[in-house]
Amino acid sequence: MKVLSEERTRILFEKLTKYIGVNVKLLIDRPDGTYCFREKKDRVYYISERLLHLAQTVKPDNLIAAGTCFGKFTKTNKFRLHITALTYIAPYAPYKIWVKPSAEQQFLYGHHIIKSGLGRITENTPKHHGVVVYTMSDIPIGFGVASRTTAECRHADPLATIVFHQADVGEYIRSEDTLT
Amino acid sequence: MGRKAKFDETKKVKKGPGRKARKQPDPVFKKELLEDDTTEKKLTHRQKQRAAKRAKKKAELAEKRKALKQAKKNVAKQKEVTVEDEGDNSSDEETPQGFTDDNKEWLKPKQKGKQKEKSKPKTYKSESEDEDDDEDDSGNEDNDGSEMEVDSEDDTSGKKKVGGEKYKVGTLDDLFKDSDNENGDASSEDEGAESGGKLEYDSDSSAAEKDSDDDDDDDDMLPIEKANIKLKKKQKIDKQLADEEMQLNIAKQDVFAFPSEEELQNPASLQDVHQRIKDVVTVLGDFNRLKEEGRSRCEYTDLLLKDLCTYYSYNEFLMEVLMQIFPVQELVEFLEASETARPVTIRTNSLKTRRRDLAQALINRGVNLDPVGKWSKVGLVVYSSTVPIGATPEYLAGHYILQGASSFLPVMALAPQENERILDMCAAPGGKASHIAAIMKNTGTLFANDANKERTKAIVGNFHRLGVVNAVICNHDGREFPDVMKGFDRVLLDAPCTGTGVIAKDPSVKTTKDQKDIQRCFNIQRQLLLAAIDCCSAKSSSGGYIVYSTCSILPEENEWVVNYALKRRNVKLVPTGLDFGTEGFVKYRHHRFHPSLKLTRRFYPHTHNMDGFYVAKLKKFSNVIPEPFKDEDDEEIDGKTTEQATENGDVDGDSDEGKTKSEEKPKSEGKKKQGPVKRPAPADGAQPQHKKAKPNVQAKRPQVATTTNNKAQADNKVQPTDKINKKKNKNKNKQNAVQTDSAKSPNTNINTVKSPNVNTTPSPNAQGKKKNKKNKNKQNAAQTDKAKSPNTSINTSQSPNAQGKKKKKNKNKPANK
Repeated sequence: MKVLSEERTRILFEKLTKYIGVNVKLLIDRPDGTYCFREKKDRVYYISERLLHLAQTVKPDNLIAAGTCFGKFTKTNKFRLHITALTYIAPYAPYKIWVKPSAEQQFLYGHHIIKSGLGRITENTPKHHGVVVYTMSDIPIGFGVASRTTAECRHADPLATIVFHQADVGEYIRSEDTLT
Repeated sequence: MGRKAKFDETKKVKKGPGRKARKQPDPVFKKELLEDDTTEKKLTHRQKQRAAKRAKKKAELAEKRKALKQAKKNVAKQKEVTVEDEGDNSSDEETPQGFTDDNKEWLKPKQKGKQKEKSKPKTYKSESEDEDDDEDDSGNEDNDGSEMEVDSEDDTSGKKKVGGEKYKVGTLDDLFKDSDNENGDASSEDEGAESGGKLEYDSDSSAAEKDSDDDDDDDDMLPIEKANIKLKKKQKIDKQLADEEMQLNIAKQDVFAFPSEEELQNPASLQDVHQRIKDVVTVLGDFNRLKEEGRSRCEYTDLLLKDLCTYYSYNEFLMEVLMQIFPVQELVEFLEASETARPVTIRTNSLKTRRRDLAQALINRGVNLDPVGKWSKVGLVVYSSTVPIGATPEYLAGHYILQGASSFLPVMALAPQENERILDMCAAPGGKASHIAAIMKNTGTLFANDANKERTKAIVGNFHRLGVVNAVICNHDGREFPDVMKGFDRVLLDAPCTGTGVIAKDPSVKTTKDQKDIQRCFNIQRQLLLAAIDCCSAKSSSGGYIVYSTCSILPEENEWVVNYALKRRNVKLVPTGLDFGTEGFVKYRHHRFHPSLKLTRRFYPHTHNMDGFYVAKLKKFSNVIPEPFKDEDDEEIDGKTTEQATENGDVDGDSDEGKTKSEEKPKSEGKKKQGPVKRPAPADGAQPQHKKAKPNVQAKRPQVATTTNNKAQADNKVQPTDKINKKKNKNKNKQNAVQTDSAKSPNTNINTVKSPNVNTTPSPNAQGKKKNKKNKNKQNAAQTDKAKSPNTSINTSQSPNAQGKKKKKNKNKPANK
């Protein structure tokens, strides 16, 4: 568990801002204690100071995870947001998209969302901004990147991709081993 | 189902095209067939006979009338004499005919009757005198009955002729008499049948009686009355049949014959084995009454053991162990329940949703579910599902987790509070740990530990999916966890076990587990439990609780382990807070556990419809680790090592040899590993100490009682006692030791209590440790050569456990020789 370098902190926050915008600062300034980001084996964990102190008593070799894993830095030093971050991203995300029940399974298997599966979308979603994907019953099931603005979506071809798949909860089953 | 035949003619099939124009008409049956169905079935033999008689009488009556008419015309006196002889003959001839049923046969008598009619009138007077006697006879003798009948009929016919002139009156009399006779016959038959003792006959005859009544009263009765009588008859017959059947069954039960050697050798079909199991279980249920002469209970139980092994495919060892846990009847239930899987249960993740919402969402997906019971607010039982329950969007979004109902129990017993620090020592795959987190509402700290690194990944996945954020997941050997961190408010230890409670999930348990596996398990469990207790903080304001649970039902892995911990740490058992489940064992075979083990809970598949489970809740009342009493340590080992002594050929065997023998090594290893328990106890590995198991256990009891009480006091004195012990060992100063023993700490008291254990060995020498010590030299000296070899070996084996003493003896031995 080490503190993130300046560089990596910047990359991380850039990425987060893509999904939750200015709400990033809500992650840092919390009323219920101080939370921080820590890095372990390129994985970034979001953890409360209190928990961090306790976790540091465990030898690094034996520590598997602490707090919530947000994602990992790739070898090329880019940050990949993991589905495990959904707990924190979903409540803060400004742009959301709802998929029809028929398209749920498609998305949960790792496919992009096409126009025909689109149930609802937040007004004014800009292009290439991170969006959280919900089912029609308001259950967050993943996130992605909008490939079109809301306006463009209206006129899009039914088979056109609306959201590029980034992460979905199906990964808990598909790739449990690589989550952290 | 096919077409529905309407046997009832009254209901007419509608004609003409219905909704389906080409409707197939109801099948038409021949009248005879229909009648067969509706009317009474075949006549019984007796009924046939009676019917035949009735017909015969009618015919006779008709003939008589004819004959009378003729007689009026022709008065023939010449034939009198000749006919007299004929009459005798004819009556003789008729006797066999009374029995026959064929029409031709009973047609003949008519003709003879005619002859008789002609002959009889004159002979009547002589025969009528015999009538009374005859009737008496008919009452007694069944066979004669028919004969008598015929005679009496003849007589009556004779009477008619006497009253020949008063034709009409005579006939009337006849008719009455006939009917009387008939009834009389019937009753006589009844008597005969009753004497035969067969119910069937009785019913038939009575039925027949009614039949005849019916025939007589046919005209008077309303159809409804007839129907009523018929119905009653039927009911009576049914009841009798049922009774007979029952009696047959009872008779069957009574005669369970112990199978012969050959039968046992030859593999029977599974059904036979199953039947035999049932039989043996009933026999064992009421052994005194049902047993076969000269068979002991042992034989029956052995047979049952073998059959159960065959039928349920267990290995004999495990079945033996199970037989010791359950009474036979319950055992069969348990085995049966272990064959079928428990219902799938899910636990609502209260961090993300509520049970009602989840249930609604799942019902919308085509899942059929129900709350698991009143005892849980988060459990749901899934009866059937059209979608894979482990891959619905709700599941993936972390609204629930698949978890056996029994897995809720330890967490409920633990009763975590918010803002506590809690440890789950064997957490993978994180079901119980996430339950704890959910109850804590993501506050406080949860340490989820598992020794298997691969399995920790499952914890990570589940925690993130379920939204648990207050957890630290680590990968330590649970036994070393006290080195990592202590001071937890609560500790949950769901120890690895043999899994005898979840045979339905993993049937390989049936065949793969043997004594060694169990030993391995409970050694690890003991160490883990001690470690868990060490991790817990007694000073916690809200907690200080440890919950120990296994999915095994073997007392070795449950009560015994807890009992072990009770003696070695300052903990006491507290109620688990679970209002169902059966109490833990206080006695098991030769073991006598601490009475408070009643507070622990056992759960069985056959009684609670959940996996077999064991939950014990301990409260730590002092952080001090009492100095392990060597003797106590050894005592259990002693129990185990007894057999090694027997193997050496010194001591007479105890029944449970094989079991305890091999326990020793792993245990001693375990001890070496344990941090706090570093006291020598070691010698046993190298030089086994031997004592009989049972006496030890008995001696154990008082200790157990004292330990918990003493421990508190003992805390302060730990150090001194230790010194004393050392003194004892090193100085060999027996008297000092004795004095200190009696004078000082309870620990040493326990030592003195212990000492008798040593003596229980068969050797004539030992009467007490102290005495033993004192006498040792004398005895050794006194030993003659012949006595020496066995005795000395016994001595070494019995020698008090401390190394120092042993060494002493070893020194002594060569000296003796």
